[in-house]
Amino acid sequence: MSKLGDLGAKLYRGEVGYDFVGKRFVWYGVSILITITAIVALAVQGLNMGIEFKGGAVFTTPKTSISETQAREDAEEASGHDAVVQKLGTGGLRIQISDLDTDAAADVKAKLAAGFKIDAGQINADLVGPSWGEQIANKAWTGLGVFMVLVVIYLAIAFEWRMAIAALIALIHDLTITVGVYALVGFEVTPGTVIGLLTILGYSLYDTVVVFDGLKEGSKDITKQTRWTYSEVANRSINGTLVRSINTTVVALLPVGALLFIGGGFLGAGMLNDISLSLFVGLAAGAYSSIFIATPLVVDLKEREPAMKALKKRVLAKRASAEARGESPEDAGTEGAPEVVAQGRSGRRR
Amino acid sequence: MAAPKKGRRPTGAQGRPGRSLAIILIAMVALTAGMFLTKQTTPRLGIDLAGGTSITLKAKSEPGKPDAINETNMNTAIGIIERRVNGLGVSEAEVQKQGRDHIIVNIPKGTNEQQARDQVGTTAQLYFRPVLATAEGAPAAPEANPSGSPSAAPSGSGSPSASAATPSSSATSQGRAVSEALKAPNAPSPSPSASGSKKADDKATPSTSPSAPSADQAAAADLQAKFAALNCSDEAQRTAVTKNVKPEDPTLACGKRDGVWYKWVLGPAQVNGQDVKDAKGIIDPQRGMWIVTMQFTDKGADKFAKITGELAAKQAPQNQFAIVLDGEVISDPSVSQALTGGNAEISGGFNQQSAQDLGNMLSYGALPLSFQEDSVTTVSAALGGEQLKAGLIAGAIGLALVVIYLLAYYRGLAFVAIISLIVSGILTYTIMALLGKGIGFALNLPAVCGAIVAIGITADSFIVYFERIRDEIREGRTLRPAVERAWPRARRTILVSDFVSFLAAAVLFIVTVGKVQGFAFTLGLTTLLDVVVVFLFTKPVMTLLARTNFFASGHPWSGLDPKRLGAKPPLRRSRRTGSDATAATVSVPVDAKEA
Repeated sequence: MSKLGDLGAKLYRGEVGYDFVGKRFVWYGVSILITITAIVALAVQGLNMGIEFKGGAVFTTPKTSISETQAREDAEEASGHDAVVQKLGTGGLRIQISDLDTDAAADVKAKLAAGFKIDAGQINADLVGPSWGEQIANKAWTGLGVFMVLVVIYLAIAFEWRMAIAALIALIHDLTITVGVYALVGFEVTPGTVIGLLTILGYSLYDTVVVFDGLKEGSKDITKQTRWTYSEVANRSINGTLVRSINTTVVALLPVGALLFIGGGFLGAGMLNDISLSLFVGLAAGAYSSIFIATPLVVDLKEREPAMKALKKRVLAKRASAEARGESPEDAGTEGAPEVVAQGRSGRRR
Repeated sequence: MAAPKKGRRPTGAQGRPGRSLAIILIAMVALTAGMFLTKQTTPRLGIDLAGGTSITLKAKSEPGKPDAINETNMNTAIGIIERRVNGLGVSEAEVQKQGRDHIIVNIPKGTNEQQARDQVGTTAQLYFRPVLATAEGAPAAPEANPSGSPSAAPSGSGSPSASAATPSSSATSQGRAVSEALKAPNAPSPSPSASGSKKADDKATPSTSPSAPSADQAAAADLQAKFAALNCSDEAQRTAVTKNVKPEDPTLACGKRDGVWYKWVLGPAQVNGQDVKDAKGIIDPQRGMWIVTMQFTDKGADKFAKITGELAAKQAPQNQFAIVLDGEVISDPSVSQALTGGNAEISGGFNQQSAQDLGNMLSYGALPLSFQEDSVTTVSAALGGEQLKAGLIAGAIGLALVVIYLLAYYRGLAFVAIISLIVSGILTYTIMALLGKGIGFALNLPAVCGAIVAIGITADSFIVYFERIRDEIREGRTLRPAVERAWPRARRTILVSDFVSFLAAAVLFIVTVGKVQGFAFTLGLTTLLDVVVVFLFTKPVMTLLARTNFFASGHPWSGLDPKRLGAKPPLRRSRRTGSDATAATVSVPVDAKEA
């Protein structure tokens, strides 16, 4: 790990660093490509909405010795859809299968009866409506909208409107990708999925805010120097918080990844898959977008400002003249320093 | 040590780490003790994890209204039942439609089943009926006279002794604008024989003349006899009285306040629950008292104006109307003037609870259909034991991986993070366990997953702080000043980002219902606890550890080894103060490149 520690130190000192901002158009391109894929998948495949949204059929059996696990497997095989199985107080089973109409339900009922070795007449079949009615889904959307408006206002006050806009775009980007993955993979969308998605909401912004906080601090008094342009400062800020971003993302992804791959994959826990997949994709997208999308977007917006344009001009001019005198660009900056020394913040960095 | 600028020194926690630690320790002990004292040692699990009770309701088809059971009405009913069973929104009950006319309500284990059943199905109809007569509903000494004789006492003239003691307190609970009739039960109460003189006629309230002869005299006399015989403290009698009551008929009804039953003779229903558009218990800022505001639909407003106009002209208690929820009187405000315009308020003697309860009952009590219980059965957990087990195993493995990663990267510091996570875990667990009983909070699988993600959010706070400390050390500072200097900046980052998280949770909690609300609650709770733990535990512990030799000397295993972190030699820094200052302002370190 000492290697990583060294990397942290080098990143901190700016010895190494990836030019996130300079190469931003590459990453914009990547994101646009992923987003388009997501939208196309959504349009073509659509989302596989679970029984909570669509309703389906519910079968009630008389007292039986068939286990819930066995019944679920049978039901999923017979119908090709996810099934929810509950044991009733009577000793019978209640099996809910999503997305079945009356005809399909009759067919499944016959198959179930054969599988359970009971008379089909003893199985009661009924269609159920969605338990997650439109009303609840609509309210979740309202919540999303209200939250976005409030958070933009908050970020505009705490930081500035450019950062608020960039954070919002990054957030929408994350949500689109996550939903797109659901459309592609064809996992059923359950209330758990929606809740996973709403978790991303907070987490994606959380991550972005931490990176922005570093940028805000780094770019304080930026117009009082002539050494770096805004985009360079932004890039340094990203690199400076990179170790934190990596660590927190790893720490968040490890448990979710365990849920997804161990819980879902090995032990075959259906619903865990739904939730952890949306979380996994969303968290990864959130970390990616804070670094590759949100901050570069701020740079793009910021460098339109006259003050920043002027700064860039000054910096470039200074470098050109230093170059002419045969000095290294870094030393050129040093000459511009004294005016800031007056602040006396020796040794303070971040 | 580099002199910190004034105003940059953190206050509070720095000087008294012991006090912060004591606070959080006391909180933990208190919560744990509370948990064991209330015997709530585990959080209540949601229906997907623990199973529960499944109630199937069937919509009753009412004669003369063959089309009443339709999609719209069923959906309205589902919405209302959903809000009723979820109460505060954290109890994880599920409501869904089955077939054409059934509603399934799934309630997690540990919920008061009887109460839930009462809430979902039976409290189905809300009517506003004019009051014809009222009296205390229970005999003075119910135990002494269980059945026969007590019925005589309250028959219109009020019961003798006990009634004098009870009424004065009535104003504190279910409020009424005026209930003089109740306060002095033996005063006005006219003979109930007046009741149904024009039954089935919506336009007219029954005649007030006590002995007015009418075609329905027999029925009225019958009602009077029943009223005399009615003992509201007897559950069987209460049930009997509400059975098969038609809205257009006069009826008897019971109602309870302050633990005392009263009984009423009520005229035909004039306004029903569907006429109420909205009702709320709010505090009136001008008078500083709790009131219930009602908003009627257009049709309801006309009906309400009419009934209040008629009632206002009458004398107590006949200037009152009773709000009857499924046969039980929940309020009986008096009317002093005709209320037109579709808005009305009920005031007098409410407290917050009673005002909001009444508001809820008025706005949600208006089920468009009536239901009967078809079946009540227990159901097992939908996810089954092995899925929960799989989740817990996976969670444990994930947590172990996190611990290994933190240890590998942060070494000694990782213990601070891990212990902080444990503290956070204990607080979360105990609070969730206590809230299971307190507000019906139930933990479902999505919430468990949310809590696992919260590990990430909580650990993030430590990582932000640790990275700041390490940056300070890279500046060439020794540990103690580094810990203090890193804090204010890390604190700001933590607060700003936690605020965003909390905002998400709060908005979702306010504008949504059901499962989303339960999840939002979990998210908000863990975010708050993150702040508490970082401020009261992690920071003070770091302050204390900075005093130990192991950490302060930068032991290779402390995670704070200056050499490993690539700290700048202090000598060199003091030499190049000027360029450093520039770098500081723009957060761009330069020294290494200048070499």
